[in-house]
Amino acid sequence: MPAVTTRPGSRRPSASGSGRVARRPGRPRKDWRALFYVLPAMVFFAVFVLYPLGQSVWLSLWKWNGVTAATWVGPQNYIDVLGDPVMRLALRNSLVFIVFYAVLPTAVGLVLAGVMARIRIHGLAFFRAALFVPQILSGVVVAVAWRYLYAADGPLNGFLDLFGLDGITRAWLGDFATALPSVGLIGTWVMFGLCMVLFLAGAQRIPTELYEAARIDGAGAVREFFTVTLPGLRREISFGLVLTTTYALRNFDVVWNTTSGGPGNSTIMPSVIIYKAAFNTRDYGIAATVSVLLTLMILILTALVLFLLRDREPAR
Amino acid sequence: MRSRRESVISHLILVIGTIIALYPALSILILALSKRGARPSALGVPRSFTLDNFARAWSGGGFDSALLSSATVAFSVVVVTVTLSVLTGYALAWLRVPMGATILGVLLIGLVLPYEGVIVPLHSLIKDMGLINTTAALILPQIGLSVSLGVFWMHTYFRGIPKSLPEAASIDGASRFQTLTKVLLPAALPGVSALALIVFLYAWNDFLLALVLVPDNVDVRTAPLSLSFFAGNVKGADIGVTAAAAVIVALPLVIVYFFLQRNFINGLLGGAVKE
Repeated sequence: MPAVTTRPGSRRPSASGSGRVARRPGRPRKDWRALFYVLPAMVFFAVFVLYPLGQSVWLSLWKWNGVTAATWVGPQNYIDVLGDPVMRLALRNSLVFIVFYAVLPTAVGLVLAGVMARIRIHGLAFFRAALFVPQILSGVVVAVAWRYLYAADGPLNGFLDLFGLDGITRAWLGDFATALPSVGLIGTWVMFGLCMVLFLAGAQRIPTELYEAARIDGAGAVREFFTVTLPGLRREISFGLVLTTTYALRNFDVVWNTTSGGPGNSTIMPSVIIYKAAFNTRDYGIAATVSVLLTLMILILTALVLFLLRDREPAR
Repeated sequence: MRSRRESVISHLILVIGTIIALYPALSILILALSKRGARPSALGVPRSFTLDNFARAWSGGGFDSALLSSATVAFSVVVVTVTLSVLTGYALAWLRVPMGATILGVLLIGLVLPYEGVIVPLHSLIKDMGLINTTAALILPQIGLSVSLGVFWMHTYFRGIPKSLPEAASIDGASRFQTLTKVLLPAALPGVSALALIVFLYAWNDFLLALVLVPDNVDVRTAPLSLSFFAGNVKGADIGVTAAAAVIVALPLVIVYFFLQRNFINGLLGGAVKE
């Protein structure tokens, strides 16, 4: 997702790969045949992304079970969904997930990047590869692994027993009090390595003169972190936050394959509501409404992160 | 002295991080290799060795056809997505495409759009096309959902190539298509392969689309979907066999990752590392 590194609006005005004569100044010639290069991708994008997206919005204004005739209800679905206690719970859980999936990994990654910023790391390639392993595993595989770790007779409880903490052992995913943070920690595990590697790579690119200057000014490790490391990592932080918050909000496969939203509704997420509404209770209007809200949430949060962490100086 | 202590601490932190990152994956592998009566100890130390769980998972979960199905889907998605992305990325970066900026702007939606936001109409669409429970039901939407990433990726990559390269080619009388295939594409090959890897990764690991679009056809179930059914349907059953199934699903990607990890990491970080 190179969203952060590209600027879609700014096309290079003199770019011309065609074998034609150079363009006349001031009057750029449009190259209509170039559309043939663009068309096939756009057809796929229009049919399988834009059209369904429009349909989601359209469907959200109807009450429909997929069989009998649909009834127009206008904004009623939105009123129902936003007033629904289960949906509110899902929104609250989403916020908790943002903490576990995005804030925690980012914080861990930043602190570690701060500690290691000026250190030559031996075996960096190995550490990077290992820290990235959670990223390449399917959400279903991750879920199966953690179901085992969290199980009543699983390694986590065995570990606690060893330290005499058998008082707090339990089936972590089946307990109302611990299910949500337990699923949350899976997200932390998936994302922390990515954040570490991302920030570490960024920190090692910060010019050492900046650190030397800070040190001459008498800055300690903490001030050095806030005045040099943190500002130097703005682009990486922004990219990491977009990636992790999006993952937190839309997450389906890990939640579905660990708790399916349970016990009760304690780990319910918008994506689980969408799936259940569409494919269990056949309430397409409600499913579409939650889809639209989820998409909006992700768009707004992404825009917010990109805006708050935008480049304020011309170039680093 | 100070920096030496910092160095030791830093490496220690990295080792701890590595252990945390690898422990769940390794513990499931050890579990899969353990006999039913002699499970690993609490700290994950193996106490027995068997390949029995793999045999039972393989025959019980239909993973031979699932892996084949996943491979078919992932390869098809990669080939088509990468081809379309190269063509479009090239045109938007180097040709004067009418409304080029608008097209890129529209594609931007696809970068942040969650599958979950379109899954309901997508299901109806695939049903109307008569494709439910077919391999095409997984391939076609995934192409649509990944071309935006691919176009941005290739656009960025092509823009990073010095202008003199295609210019020299066009002076030599190369056509646009020749300029792309003979000059730009070779120069952008690292970008193309990184893109191919992440698209492959996403296609292989997809779960939601498979769950919704091919729910009833055992023959086209992908590996993650089969694992989900297998792990869900046999709740009381042997956890060692489930673990073996999980290893079977993960293994192909882990092997690819082992050889091409640099490309994977670069791809997943959106090229942020090398820049």
